[in-house]
Amino acid sequence: MNRRNFIRISTLGAGGAMFGSIGFGNDREPSLIDRLTGNTHPVESGYTRTPTYCEICFWKCAGWVYKNDQDEIWKIIGNENDPHCNGRLCPRGTGGVGMYFDQDRLKTPLIRTGARGKQEFRRASWDEALDLVAKKLDFIAKKYGPETVALITHGSGGKLLATLMKAYGSDSVAGPSYAQCKGPREVAFGLTFGTGLESPEPTDIRDTRCLVLIGSHLGENMHNSQVQEMADAIDRGAAIITVDPRFSTVASKSKFWLPIKPSTDIALLLAWMNVIINNGWYDKEYVEKYTTGFDKLKEYVQPFTPEWAYGITTIDPNMIRDTAKEMANASPAVIIHPGRHVTWYGDDTQRSRAIAMLNALLGSWGRRGGFYLPELKEIPEYPHPPFPPVAKSWRDILAGRYPFAELPLANAIVDGSIKGNLNDFQYRGWIVNGSNLNMTMPDTRKTLEAIQQLELLVVIDTMPMEITGWADVILPECTYLERYDVLRNDHNREPVIALRMPATEPKYDTKPDWWIAKELAGKMGLEKYFGWKTFEEFLDYKLTRMGSSLEEMKKIGVKKYERTSGDLYFSAENPPVFDTPSGKIELYSSQLEEAGFDPMPRYTAHEEPPEGYYRLIYGRTPSHTFSRTSNNPNLSAIMAENKVWVNPKVAANWQLKDGQDVWLKNQDGSTTSFPAKVRITERIRWDSVYIVHGFGHTSSQLTRAFKKGVSDAALITKVLLDPVMGGTGMRGNFVTFITENPDKEVKA
Amino acid sequence: MRFAMAIDTKKCVGCSDCVVACQTENAVPIGYCRDWIVEVNDGTYPRLEMEIRSERCNHCSNSPCVRCCPTGASHYDYGGTVLVTPHKCIGCGACIASCPYDARYTHPKGYVDKCTFCVHRVKEGLPPACVAVCPTKCLYFGDTDDPRSEVSQVLKKRKYKRLIPEAGTNPNLYFLI
Ligand code: SF4
Ligand code: SF4
Ligand code: SF4
Repeated sequence: MNRRNFIRISTLGAGGAMFGSIGFGNDREPSLIDRLTGNTHPVESGYTRTPTYCEICFWKCAGWVYKNDQDEIWKIIGNENDPHCNGRLCPRGTGGVGMYFDQDRLKTPLIRTGARGKQEFRRASWDEALDLVAKKLDFIAKKYGPETVALITHGSGGKLLATLMKAYGSDSVAGPSYAQCKGPREVAFGLTFGTGLESPEPTDIRDTRCLVLIGSHLGENMHNSQVQEMADAIDRGAAIITVDPRFSTVASKSKFWLPIKPSTDIALLLAWMNVIINNGWYDKEYVEKYTTGFDKLKEYVQPFTPEWAYGITTIDPNMIRDTAKEMANASPAVIIHPGRHVTWYGDDTQRSRAIAMLNALLGSWGRRGGFYLPELKEIPEYPHPPFPPVAKSWRDILAGRYPFAELPLANAIVDGSIKGNLNDFQYRGWIVNGSNLNMTMPDTRKTLEAIQQLELLVVIDTMPMEITGWADVILPECTYLERYDVLRNDHNREPVIALRMPATEPKYDTKPDWWIAKELAGKMGLEKYFGWKTFEEFLDYKLTRMGSSLEEMKKIGVKKYERTSGDLYFSAENPPVFDTPSGKIELYSSQLEEAGFDPMPRYTAHEEPPEGYYRLIYGRTPSHTFSRTSNNPNLSAIMAENKVWVNPKVAANWQLKDGQDVWLKNQDGSTTSFPAKVRITERIRWDSVYIVHGFGHTSSQLTRAFKKGVSDAALITKVLLDPVMGGTGMRGNFVTFITENPDKEVKA
Repeated sequence: MRFAMAIDTKKCVGCSDCVVACQTENAVPIGYCRDWIVEVNDGTYPRLEMEIRSERCNHCSNSPCVRCCPTGASHYDYGGTVLVTPHKCIGCGACIASCPYDARYTHPKGYVDKCTFCVHRVKEGLPPACVAVCPTKCLYFGDTDDPRSEVSQVLKKRKYKRLIPEAGTNPNLYFLI
C-alpha cells in the first residue's frame, strides 16, 4: 500500500468505506525516522523551543516551535497559556512546519524581464531589487503623487510596510479581510451597539446555552478557541441551531438544522423577531433600558410571520417558532453568531444588522453566555516624527460612495486602478503582501485588467502564488518560523500579548517584512520613521514599557494582563456604554436613515439560478486557509484538491458519477481552468453546488497545488456591491457543468 | 494496565489535526498516516445524519497481526500496546493483510508501521500527540484497568461502540455515540 486515504467518506448502504490508494513520492525524508526504533523517541523535555504565534490564519494562536537534536524544526505545539488556542493548535497550525519545508518557496528576489503575466524573471540581489522599487516609488510620487500607491496586505508582516506607506504619503492600506470578508458585520454591529466585533469575536460560547450559526460552519472554519468552546458547549448540552443550505459538520451536531433556501436569511431573521416580539419572549428590562426604536421595530415586523417566511425560506413555520423559543429560553445566554465571511448578497450590512438586533432583543450583548466585553492592551509606539499629510485619502477617492466604510476597500483599489473608473484619479502602484489577489478578489479578469495598467507591482510573499507572476519585482519573505514580527495584540477576555521570534535562520535568500520596510525606507530617505537599529530593540522598547521585556517574552511567549475596564459583562458597577448617536442600542438606525438607507433591514428577493444552473456556494475546510496553504506538503497530504458537491437528484439529471471530472461554467460564460471531481452527496441542496475555496492554482511553480481542483474566484464574475460599506457580495453566481474538456471543444 | 482510547463522535469535527500532529510528532512520511478520519453519512436531504470518527490501530487484546507475524516484530508491549520493532520486521505484509481495520502500512524504509499510542510520550507522562492536540478534546486516553482514569470514567457515563466486534480482536478503541 502506498499513499493512504486520510479522509475516508462513506454512505451507509453504499458498500462501506472506500480504501482506494494511489502511488505518491515522498517530499522529504525526515531524519528522525531513523531513530524511531524502540521507545527512545524524544519528547518535549530537553528540546529547544522558541515562542511564536501562528501565521497560517488570522487567529494567530501562540505556540512553541520545537527543534530536534539535529537542530531542525520538528513540530509546533500550542502555548498552554494562550486564550486563542489553550495549548492546542488547529491542523493548519500543526502543519505550519510544511510552510518552512516547502521546496517551492520563493528563494531570491526576482525582477521581471518579460511581459506581465509571463513567468519571466531574473534573479537579483536584495540591493538591486530594493533600489528598483525605491526608484519607481520616487518616480510615481513625483509624477502622480504618493497617494496613488496602495498597499494590499494580509497578516502580521504588513504592519511595518503600512508604516512605510504612511511615511511615503499614502493611507490606502487595505486588506481583503475587510470588504471581501467581515466588513459588513463590523459596520452593522457598530451601527447597532456602537462597537464592531473585531477578532477574535467576543462570543461567550464558553458559557452559552444556545448558539445560532447562520451560514457559519464553525468546525470547518477552524477559528480555534471558538471551535474549542463550541465542543465544550456540546459537552455541556448547549443547543446549537444551524442555518445552512448545506449539511455542514456543525449541522450534524446541532439540535436544529434549518436547511434554508440560499439568499433568504433576512426573511428568517425577521420572522424570528416577529415571533420573539409578539410572544413577549424578548428581554423586556434590557430592551426597555438600553435600546431605542423598539416600538418602530415591533410595528415593522408585524407582516413577517413564520408563515410569510416559510414561502421564502422553505423553513417550516413550526421550526421557526421552536427555534425562536429555544433562543428565548436560553436568553440572555444565547449567541446569534455574527459569522466572519459575510459578503454574500450585497445586503450584507442589513443582514448583519438583523443579527445584531436579534441579539439585542434577547439581551445577549454584554451578558454571560452572549457577548463578553473584551479588553485590549495598549502597546506604546516606538517614537517617530509625524507622518506627512495625505494629499488624497482613500475616503476622498471614494467620493461619497459607501459612506459607512471604515477601512479602505481592496475592491475599490482594484477598481480605481482602471483608467476612467474614478474620474481623474487612478492608482498607479501596488505593494501586495501575503494576499494572492488573483484568488482572494472576486472576478480574476478584472484584477488582471487593473494590474496591466499599473506602473509598479511589487509582490512580497513566501510562495510563487499566481499574483507573483504579474509582479515587476518579487521580494521573497521568510516564513513566520524564521522571523520576528510585531507583538500580537488582539482583544480578549483579558488583555494578552504574544511574541513571535525566529526559531531558525531564514532558509534561502529570504527576509522578514520589517527588514524590507526599513531597507526601503533607507533608500527613500524615510529612515527617520524607522529609528530603531534592530528589531529586538524595537520590541524591547515596547515591552519594557509594558512591564515585561524581550528577555521575559522569549521565555514565556504569552503574557496576560489584569483587566482594567471592569467586569467581563454589564453589571451595576459596570454600566453599559453604547457609542451610538443616541447612546443606546439602535434597533432603528437613524444613521442609516440619514444616509438614505433602510433604517431597519428589509428582505429583498435575490436573483435565482436559471434553468440548468446552480448557486455557487463556497466555504472552508479545516485543513486549509484560503489559497495560501494548498501547496503546504503536510496539509496538501490531508486534502489536495476540492470537489464539487452535487445533490444526488442533480447528479442523476446530469448523469454524473461520483469522482467524475467536471468543469464549471458560470452565468457569464466564465469557465474554470481545470476540472474538479464530483462528490455526490445528500449534504447539499438541489439548487446549489458547493466547493471549498482556495484550490485550482494556475501557477505551475506550486508543484503540489497546480491544476488541483477549481478556483471559485474565476466563477465569481458577478459581484453584488453593498451600498452601505462597499463589501463585495459573492454568492450571486450560478454555475453549470461541462463534462467534456472545454479546451478540446474549442480546438475541434 | 490496559491502555485504551475513547473517541467522542459527538464532538469530533473531522478536522484531521490528530493526523497532522501524529505526522510531525512521529515523523510519519508525507503521504502516509497512522490515524485517519472516517465520515459516515445516512439519510436523504434534509433528514440526514453524519458520524465522524478519528481512527487508528485498535491495539487489540487479541490481535491477528501479532499472531501472524513470522519474526516477532509485531508484539504486545507496555500497557498492552501493539508495537512493531522495525529492525525485526521483514516487510512481508502478513500483518497488513490480517488487520481488519486497515491500520498498518509499509513505511518507505521497508518495515511496517502504525500507531504506537505514542508510548514514548505516555512513558514520560504525556498524552499521545493526537490526544494532546485535538481542538475539540474529543479523544480520551488512559488505563481501562484503573477505574479512576478519565477513559474509564467517560466509558461509564457514555454509550459507546467498538468497530467490527465480530472479528473477535477485542479492540481497545471505544467510539462514544
Ligand atoms: S487557528 Fe490554526 S491556523 Fe489559525 S492561527 Fe490558530 S493554529 Fe494557526
Ligand atoms: S483532532 Fe480531534 S476533532 Fe479533529 S479530527 Fe482529530 S479527533 Fe476529530
Ligand atoms: S487494529 Fe490492526 S494492527 Fe492494530 S492491533 Fe488490531 S489487528 Fe493489529
